[in-house]
Amino acid sequence: MKEHRLLLFFLLLSAVVLCISPFLGMTATSLSGVFGRHADALESVVFWRIRIPRVLTAYLAGGGLALSGMAFQALFRNPLATPFTLGVSGGAAFGAALYMRLGLAIALPGIGGSTLAAFSGAVLVILLAYWLTRLQGGFATHTLLLAGVALSFFLSSMILALQYSASLHDSFRLVRWLMGGLGMVGYDAVLSLFPLVATGAVVLFLLRPELDLLLLGDDLAMSRGMELQRTRLLLFFSVSLMVGGIVSVCGPIGFVGMMVPHMCRLLAGTGHRTLLPASFLLGGAFLTLCDTGARILFAPAEIPVGVITALLGGPFFLFLLFSRNTRRMLR
Amino acid sequence: MTDAVFDIQNLTVVLGGKRILSALDFTLHAGESLVIVGPNGAGKSTLLKAMLRLVPVQSGEIYFKGRSLKDWSRRELAQHAAYVPQAGERAIPYSVYEFVLMARYPYLSTFAALSEKDHAIAAEAMAQAEVEKFAHRPLYNLSGGERQKVFIAAALAQCPDILFLDEATAFLDYRHQTEVLSLITKLRRDQGVSVVSVTHDLNQGALAYDRVLALKDGQKVFFGSPAELFRSDILENIYDTSFHFLEDSESGRSIVVPGKAVL
Repeated sequence: MKEHRLLLFFLLLSAVVLCISPFLGMTATSLSGVFGRHADALESVVFWRIRIPRVLTAYLAGGGLALSGMAFQALFRNPLATPFTLGVSGGAAFGAALYMRLGLAIALPGIGGSTLAAFSGAVLVILLAYWLTRLQGGFATHTLLLAGVALSFFLSSMILALQYSASLHDSFRLVRWLMGGLGMVGYDAVLSLFPLVATGAVVLFLLRPELDLLLLGDDLAMSRGMELQRTRLLLFFSVSLMVGGIVSVCGPIGFVGMMVPHMCRLLAGTGHRTLLPASFLLGGAFLTLCDTGARILFAPAEIPVGVITALLGGPFFLFLLFSRNTRRMLR
Repeated sequence: MTDAVFDIQNLTVVLGGKRILSALDFTLHAGESLVIVGPNGAGKSTLLKAMLRLVPVQSGEIYFKGRSLKDWSRRELAQHAAYVPQAGERAIPYSVYEFVLMARYPYLSTFAALSEKDHAIAAEAMAQAEVEKFAHRPLYNLSGGERQKVFIAAALAQCPDILFLDEATAFLDYRHQTEVLSLITKLRRDQGVSVVSVTHDLNQGALAYDRVLALKDGQKVFFGSPAELFRSDILENIYDTSFHFLEDSESGRSIVVPGKAVL
């Protein structure tokens, strides 16, 4: 019952955030300006063409990032593991940046080329990170995180190299995108993001019992009847799908996948039956709020939302690293 | 032939380039319980894991209920065999009840939620292992002995007909040792659950098993009845140290004591 109330609360929170944030930003819009009898043409355009798609994108991206983080934390049995800290976002970013730099135009029906490139980058880094941990004969936390840091560094230098070789205009565009921003998304972003996040979320939703079992350790999970390889592959696939999609649209936005599932775990416990919907709802609301903050904190200027999440997430990461709960889990 | 639960032929297991088990053969019949003994590093736990298909087999075959173990799906296998690993491995972030309930996994279909029946079976398993009173405590808050009983409860919730225990009483205080051992005896006697158990303490009820398998450096050095095992020359060969026996005046059972008898 406690769990149901929590989910209901997050649902309400999401509804409130989704309803209010489109009205906030550099250009103030008001109810009467958008819906009123004498609707203002500019306000109405800002509201419908800019704010609504932006808010929806932020919500989908936030929910997807939170779910990806949650899945990685179960998979690697480590509260600090997220697609961002393990360099998977970096891989996706490199894939997408390379695609932009080369000016390619490959697309499958329904999926943009940069999404495809980001997805491939994400898959490659996941496989690499996974292979590195296997090489060690286990999921040694410190090795894993350090490998993630090393991969991230490596990928950022690759991206820097791409940037350096790009024209001034392209280079600026790349930098802004890499900071993680939702500044220039339209309905096409929402439409390309929705199927990817929805697919990933549904796969994870069906894997709730497996996510629970993963936290028991491989042997015990398998002895309970879980097909380990199949579960891992499905998790890799759905996380790559979501992260690839999100990064190609919004750039690598960090720390949402770490902060949100952790907060939900404190409130809802570790069982994924509740943790999964809670993470999605809170992740969506959280990133939408951060993006609203990005619009209004320094108005009329706007800061990239990735900067805000990183400002919140950095200290949070340190807090987690030194907290007793983490130590107990890492042992 | 038909009543063989486990038929192990020429089993060799290599892990990380090291040969852990070599050319092992033995057969376990329906209703029989097996205890695996031997010195440290003999491959006891690995054999247990191989019988549960948790480690890859290099060569040889394991037949479980007449069918090659490779052909069993994990789910099917989990409906027959449950595993209680060595204690104290990792902090598990669930409450006791959640943990026991998760053992119903092999009976879940993809879209179905846990049923009333699953809850009833979990509750029943917890009652059997006498862990109901900590149902809502987190697992990492329990003592080693309490934890061990919870792990057994979870294995029971899987409704297995064969239970695998890895050093079930190691590191427990005397009271919990006694409780865990009597729980295992009760399961065998009253519920007809077969037990395959690893131990390095011969006095922990090894005599109560139908079969004893002794391993040394990954090889079978003894397979037979407990009565045959309790001979000083056989034990000396297994453990490379001398033994003598004491007799319990109450039950008349032999107790193994390592070292020469001091007169």
